[in-house]
Amino acid sequence: MQRAIERVDELVNRDPAIVRWGRRMSETFMVEVGDTQFLLTVRDGRIEKLEKGPFTQRSWSFAIRASRDSWAKFWQKPPAPGWHDLFALLRRGDVKFEGDQRVLMAYLQYVKLVLAAPRNA
Amino acid sequence: MKLEPIVGRYAHIGKHRIYFEEAGQGIPLLCLHTAGSDGRQFRAVLNDSSITKSYRVITFDMPWHGKSSPPAGWQNEDYRLTTGSYTAMIMEFARELGLERPVIMGCSIGGRIVLDLALKHAKELRALIGLQTGAYVERYYDPSWLDHPEVHGGRACGAVAYGLMSPLSPAPEVWETVWHYMQGGPGVFTGDLYFYQVEGDIRGRIGEIDTKVCPLYCLTGEYDYSASPRDTEAAVARIAGSKFTVMKGLGHFPMSENPEAFLGYLRPVLDEIRQTARS
Repeated sequence: MQRAIERVDELVNRDPAIVRWGRRMSETFMVEVGDTQFLLTVRDGRIEKLEKGPFTQRSWSFAIRASRDSWAKFWQKPPAPGWHDLFALLRRGDVKFEGDQRVLMAYLQYVKLVLAAPRNA
Repeated sequence: MKLEPIVGRYAHIGKHRIYFEEAGQGIPLLCLHTAGSDGRQFRAVLNDSSITKSYRVITFDMPWHGKSSPPAGWQNEDYRLTTGSYTAMIMEFARELGLERPVIMGCSIGGRIVLDLALKHAKELRALIGLQTGAYVERYYDPSWLDHPEVHGGRACGAVAYGLMSPLSPAPEVWETVWHYMQGGPGVFTGDLYFYQVEGDIRGRIGEIDTKVCPLYCLTGEYDYSASPRDTEAAVARIAGSKFTVMKGLGHFPMSENPEAFLGYLRPVLDEIRQTARS
């Protein structure tokens, strides 16, 4: 499941029910899995580019950072109580949201569905 | 065509025109919806004939919610729910409808306010049922984003509510619960959360609740991280005689996200309340 983040672009782009939630979104955001960074470039709800770090001097609108262990629990299917949602991780202090919160909150449902997509790998 | 037994009407109470629905006959059971949503959440309870044969089930939309519009002048002020305004609204509604010693069941903010009702109005009530009850929820995200001109409030509120549900709950019910949240007016969810996450901290007083005067039942879905089973456990540990059940596989909106599973937990509680009333 952990490796599935490396093909989250494919998992999202083949699912029109996820893509429609991000239809107006064209942004780049970062997902950090432990010390591994990923940059997801979204265009009209499709993940146009998925890049794996390390990066130097790259820009992103917001970043979501959690430990490898937290993501592993989040990506279980079904996830255990308290590990099933991005805000569940936030409540337990296991995830950090950085950058432009306005963009994250505007596309929150899409971002939640994208980050949960590896469960269906 | 199938007609449900639920009937909806409007009641003029004070400066408010309150929409409420009801079904059944018997012991009044007043249901309180969650923050930023409305009485539609309790549809399955109002449609359950095994409950409505002995209970008159009633739910009202709080002002600003559902079909209860805000009062005149709303455009000039922020909506903010407080312990005082919430308690007064519930008790006034019950009095105006002539509900005699009702059972009151509330979820989330409703599960929080039943603790205040237990403290202040126990003698007027037959029993209290708290769904997703906690004595206080600390802020873990910034709710001002739910009321921001550059963020679609309906989409943001819906996404927050979505995550509070169980991944095991059926998709149609989960997404209808999200839809209710998407229909909330701007700033209403945030205004309710003012009570829930700021003003309504009752931790210091719950030890005074006397369940011999009014029994208190708490039911909490295990997937809720806003009012988690641990939060409810901490509250009931300090309230002698209160009863607590963890609802397996359910989240923050048990009555609407998985009605069938929820009714399985609710019916025995209502049976017990009914039998206690008889003896």
